[in-house]
Amino acid sequence: MTATITDRGTASGAPSPGRPVRVLSFSQRLSRWDVKLSPYLYISPFFIVFAVAGLFPIVYTAVISFMDWDQIRRSGEWVGFDQYAWILQQPKFWVALGNTFSIFLLSSVPQLILATFIAAMLDRHIRARTFWRMSALLPYVVAPVAVGLIFNALFADNSGQVNEWLGFFGIGPIPWHVEPFWSHVAIATMVNYRWTGYNALILLAAMQAIPRDYYEAATVDGAGPFRQFWSVTLPSLRPTLIFVIITSTIGGLQIFDEPRMFDQFGRGGAGSQWLTITLYLYDIGWGEWNFGRASAMAWILFIIILAIGLINLLVTRSLVRDEGGRGPVLTRAERRAAARARRREARA
Amino acid sequence: MAKRGKTVRIRGSRPGFWVYAGLAVVLVASVFPLYFSFLIGSGDASTLRDPNRSWIPGGNFFANAAAVMNDGAVNFWLALWNSIWSSTIIAVSVVVFSTLAGWAFAKLRFPGGPALLAFVVATMAVPQQLGVVPLYVLFSEIGWTGQIGAIIVPALTSAFGVFWMTQYLRQSVPDELIEAARVDGASMIRVFWTVGVTAARPAAAMLFLFTFVTAWNNFFWPFIVLDRQNPTLPVALSLLQSNYFVDYSIVLAGVVLATLPLLLLFVVAGKQLVSGIMAGAVKG
Repeated sequence: MTATITDRGTASGAPSPGRPVRVLSFSQRLSRWDVKLSPYLYISPFFIVFAVAGLFPIVYTAVISFMDWDQIRRSGEWVGFDQYAWILQQPKFWVALGNTFSIFLLSSVPQLILATFIAAMLDRHIRARTFWRMSALLPYVVAPVAVGLIFNALFADNSGQVNEWLGFFGIGPIPWHVEPFWSHVAIATMVNYRWTGYNALILLAAMQAIPRDYYEAATVDGAGPFRQFWSVTLPSLRPTLIFVIITSTIGGLQIFDEPRMFDQFGRGGAGSQWLTITLYLYDIGWGEWNFGRASAMAWILFIIILAIGLINLLVTRSLVRDEGGRGPVLTRAERRAAARARRREARA
Repeated sequence: MAKRGKTVRIRGSRPGFWVYAGLAVVLVASVFPLYFSFLIGSGDASTLRDPNRSWIPGGNFFANAAAVMNDGAVNFWLALWNSIWSSTIIAVSVVVFSTLAGWAFAKLRFPGGPALLAFVVATMAVPQQLGVVPLYVLFSEIGWTGQIGAIIVPALTSAFGVFWMTQYLRQSVPDELIEAARVDGASMIRVFWTVGVTAARPAAAMLFLFTFVTAWNNFFWPFIVLDRQNPTLPVALSLLQSNYFVDYSIVLAGVVLATLPLLLLFVVAGKQLVSGIMAGAVKG
């Protein structure tokens, strides 16, 4: 594709010397097509890949979800909403949904609080700034599968490292792989390990954008450091906090890697203690080879994410409006610049 | 961290001991799990369950690493090679196509542009799970299940990448520069090449890093579509656990081996990753 545009560019850029007048008009015509078509050519790769790997699967998932799919014949019988009804009648589904939300809450709430405090520390006038920032981000490059394996060992039920530490404080061994709640805590810890530093950096960026005057004014008004943090820093962070909440919600509801690696069987525990929706989807799809049910499950998950996304949209609408306002301003500036250029061209 | 009053800034003032203590805790928390996996990975089968084990690494790391590398069922070297080339292709492709599309959305005016950009952003909310069943059906139809191509093709472009480059180019290139180039008779692609690509370089470098890390660590879809004989590193790691769950020293030696390449990348480019996350956040 790039080659085509380059060819055209060469053709218009280097008119053949023989017949200047006709070539000029030809190149002008080319140039007009160039201006009209180029933007669409530039954005087309995204839309082509999205059509294949995004749009087609979404539509086809909907179709398969209404079928009793047979992967060997790669076709299925139409069964209407049966698969959805089946999913919603499974006690396991409701357990998985509960687990997913439990792990999500146990990870995002402490994570945000911790990230805010880490950001506040990084926001100070510290020495070796980059070093500390990098140390917070380090876990982000460790694969979730690797994190899962490491923490699975740390949280071993019998004399695992965590239980050993708890023993120092006189706390008896916790059955991390048996009790649903504790397995959620362990899995949430893996998520927190990987994402707290990342979110701290996002919040740090937002903190650095807060005008210093606010703090000076607050100091003059007699506000102590804690009051300043509560009344100046936190309110200024609100849009960024919402952004972090949205991204961690979308990611958290899809959680798969960490619970999958939490034991060697990868099926969410003997009693589905840490079965999540995506883990269940995988089991139905590639464990039982029931693609109709797996598709129905995927749509149910999507609807849940959409519902939460919609709530988020209502909250963040003010942000979005601000973002859109930049478009027309730029366009007008562009138009003015174009007009100026045209006048200059006419004069020359 | 312990004393709130001290962690909270009066800007510009010299931070106290507690700030450094808090940051040191963060550092230890970041590094400890990695050290722990090296510690167990350098021991033997009994190390994990031994409550009196030493905190100094044992001498078995290379033996355990050799066990991982020579395990025919796990295919470590093939997994490493697959991860390297697939992540590189994905990252290069995402950078190229995102820069092109970002340039068009940020700097070229065309009918439908803003609506299409909104559409691109909206696609970011679509969960991966929604596509896996039909993609699997599609790829088994054309015989790509088990092939690395099946994880590369869907990842060749990214909505986040397009959004990221659009935001960056919109702010960093003055429109006058483009007009001047156009007036001088440069074709659209020439303007993109000379003005756009030059301006996009820093953002492109960060997008490359993000995409590379994400592609390298991706698990769900590769786990579904790839053959156990032709894995990427995360898939190989997941196989290690089911093969060696009784001997965790080998599993965690494998974790160390699989994590090393990205740790090296982090040492080289961690500073850029940090500033990239912070730059992206201001706009988000």
